Amino acid sequence: MLESRIPAGPLADKWDNHKFSIDLVNPANKRKFEIIVVGTGLAGASAAATLGELGYKVKAFTFHDSPRRAHSISAQGGINAAKNYPNDGDSIFRLFYDTIKGGDYRSREANVYRLAQVSNEIIDQCAAQGVPFAREYGGQLANRSFGGAQVSRTFYARGQTGQQLLLGAYQALARQISLGKVEMHTRTEMLDVVVHEGKAVGIVTRNLLTGAIESHSAHAVVLATGGYGNVYYLSTNAMNSNVTAAWRAHRRGAFFANPCFTQIHPTCIPSSDEFQSKLTLMSESLRNDGRIWVPVKAGDDRPPGQIPEAERDYYLERKYPAFGNLVPRDVASRNAKIQIDREKGVGPLKNGVYLDFADAIGRLGRDTIAERYGNLFDIYHRITDENPYEVPMRIYPAVHYTMGGLWVDYNLMTNVPGLYALGEANFSDHGANRLGASALMQGLADGYFVLPYTIGDYLAESLGDPPLPIDNPAFVETRAEVENRIAHLMGINGSRTVDYFHRELGKIMWDQCGMARNQSGLEKALSEIPALKAEFYADVRVPGRADGLNQSLEKAGRVADFFELGELMCRDALHRSESAGGHFREESQTPEGEALRKDDEFSYVSAWEYSESDAILHKEELEFENVQLTQRSYK
Amino acid sequence: MRVNLRVWRQAGPDAPGGFETYQAEEVSEEMSFLEMLDMVNEELVVSGGLPITFDHDCREGICGSCGLMINGQAHGPQLGTATCQLHMRTFSDGDTIVIEPWRSSGFPVIQDLAVNRSAFDQIIEAGGFISVATGSAPDANLTLVPKVAADAAMDAAACIGCGACVAACPNGAAQLFTGAKITHLNLLPQGQAERWKRTEQMVDVMDEFFGSCSNMGECTTACPKGIPLEVIAELNRDYVKAQFINRKLTAQD
Repeated sequence: MLESRIPAGPLADKWDNHKFSIDLVNPANKRKFEIIVVGTGLAGASAAATLGELGYKVKAFTFHDSPRRAHSISAQGGINAAKNYPNDGDSIFRLFYDTIKGGDYRSREANVYRLAQVSNEIIDQCAAQGVPFAREYGGQLANRSFGGAQVSRTFYARGQTGQQLLLGAYQALARQISLGKVEMHTRTEMLDVVVHEGKAVGIVTRNLLTGAIESHSAHAVVLATGGYGNVYYLSTNAMNSNVTAAWRAHRRGAFFANPCFTQIHPTCIPSSDEFQSKLTLMSESLRNDGRIWVPVKAGDDRPPGQIPEAERDYYLERKYPAFGNLVPRDVASRNAKIQIDREKGVGPLKNGVYLDFADAIGRLGRDTIAERYGNLFDIYHRITDENPYEVPMRIYPAVHYTMGGLWVDYNLMTNVPGLYALGEANFSDHGANRLGASALMQGLADGYFVLPYTIGDYLAESLGDPPLPIDNPAFVETRAEVENRIAHLMGINGSRTVDYFHRELGKIMWDQCGMARNQSGLEKALSEIPALKAEFYADVRVPGRADGLNQSLEKAGRVADFFELGELMCRDALHRSESAGGHFREESQTPEGEALRKDDEFSYVSAWEYSESDAILHKEELEFENVQLTQRSYK
Repeated sequence: MRVNLRVWRQAGPDAPGGFETYQAEEVSEEMSFLEMLDMVNEELVVSGGLPITFDHDCREGICGSCGLMINGQAHGPQLGTATCQLHMRTFSDGDTIVIEPWRSSGFPVIQDLAVNRSAFDQIIEAGGFISVATGSAPDANLTLVPKVAADAAMDAAACIGCGACVAACPNGAAQLFTGAKITHLNLLPQGQAERWKRTEQMVDVMDEFFGSCSNMGECTTACPKGIPLEVIAELNRDYVKAQFINRKLTAQD
């Protein structure tokens, strides 16, 4: 049932062979095909722009007021590529290997190798678009290091790499819009996928300004709608990031893969009070120069400057001498939790660990540090009212990225023909843990260099067929369901706000399905979530009207879908009784407390099929022919 | 602490608007300005009112969605700070805070504090890009970009497209936004081929929506990213040159 369509042949030749063997659509025929792209972040904007360039008729959708606002814009640190410009031993194979190992051997070899292969083209493409990457004095591109790698392969634009890459993709998209190749729909939210005779044929949307429910038909639908970290309420995701598009596709038959694989980022600013609406990330690049430590003595209340060197525990450097402060994210996060659980947390709420730049400032000077991280230091200063040039930063892990997502084959097509998922919305490349600076790489790889080739393989067979008319019963029924769902939410008229329910759901998810998970906690969550969901449908209050701009209604629909997703995440986490990457089951750890995989039992992708009662598990076995599975070690 | 809010409420683009007064009690100094508004909104919903509509998303000062006139200043009193990064510790107990949407005919009000900034997208669509088809780029290190040019381009490229420059300008001019993009692309070797056409087309579209620049400098003060006024000089210089330069002889369009 799960056909991953991984091409045969040696790893290094698979992508080339595949590109040669799949069907193409000739240039003159491309304009006969209509493609819907939902989401205009790195993956969506790059895909829409490239498809438009190729000659397809593209309709792009975003709930933002402009494609430039997608949350890709917040990525700070950088983008990986196997250029080996620093001449430090990098290669496509090494980037592939680091990514597979970093993902704790829960991703597909073929996909990850392809990602490493196209990584170099992404840098070329973005530089040509005018992305102002950091440069050396001779004018060449500069690199820095990121967690989980022992080479410098990360390209960056100060602390705003995501912004600059997104603006590059946005500008490429703007060019196609001006040429009439892409029809852009802003402030328009996708609320359902339309499936006809087993194939995706269009979407149903809500115009967020007028409330109008509209149908859009196409030969293929591409979802590039991001991740679902906001199920935790507090995360580094933007306030409007949500799972609705992916979840609605799931309910229409697309399998949801590895939903429990979530990434908790180690370097976020600890929360300060109950009203906090989101958490702010401090780029992982800070771990290049910052040293992480806690007081040796539990409950040490002295200010950091008064704790002498001998009474500090630089626990990452101590436990992992080879990688030190640059261990992968899951390892760094878990170790911070261990220290805080031992009551060594610092700051007013005792919920942080120190990230200290004193040594780096002493060695390199304040100006160099300011040039590398100035904007991050400013953000930190503004939020906490503390100056990180003078006192160490306080950091704590926070939900940041979701490796799970819609199941896709090698062509990035879900198991619903004609429905594709790109970027964070799919599950494909990061396994159980994503390495830093790899999300931007994957989003752009999918959008610029993978989908525009592979989509032809599906489209070619329907040459000559017009898109399904929107008065077809498939559209009419889906549209009616969307309208009913909205009317239902508007009609509950209870006493509590949508945010109340979202916060409560977030607490359950963080406590039971967060940095560490165990059987009894997950079982508890699986009884608490349905109860909370029932309360939501009995007592939520959505004010105002549906036929106009209504931000409460937008949120209500998203939170409603988060309940169902949260349940599936817990179910997936419960069934996977091994630890892998970001998924740490307390029952499965090494004597040193590291994540212990069970390769014999769990070396597969869990792909869940929606069902009204209990979701049905399908397994895609993972085959490793080019890497040897080992216990990950960063010592 | 406790603050009094005077907030612009407007049901729709064509509806008449007016100020409403709200009290925000138990505001913590650690709260961001938008978290304070979230709290007011939650109380409004529970008591049967309509929450205040405002655009926001990343809440870390980079997406450019948020933007409020706070006591008559775009993004409020703190320099170099977007509304979402403003914290309540900037205010004092008992303060009255006046909150309005961006005020410019180029940004029509949609509802309450949310405005339509699509004119910015149209300026970018007019030429705010480098035409390079996917897959046709040479190796990135073949084009050397001197560090000083890359840094200056990055300074300009840091614009988040929030529109504070327009809101702060007495003329409602968008020179800082447009100049930032023109400067970013025109300073780079990759941007030379389309330099003059880009400048001309972007400025022409800008003029359809926005007022004229008279070098007041309010824009750069309001800008949360500190985009320097020099970008306007760059825009003006290139716009004038675009009128006279022989594009065939310079091999630049």
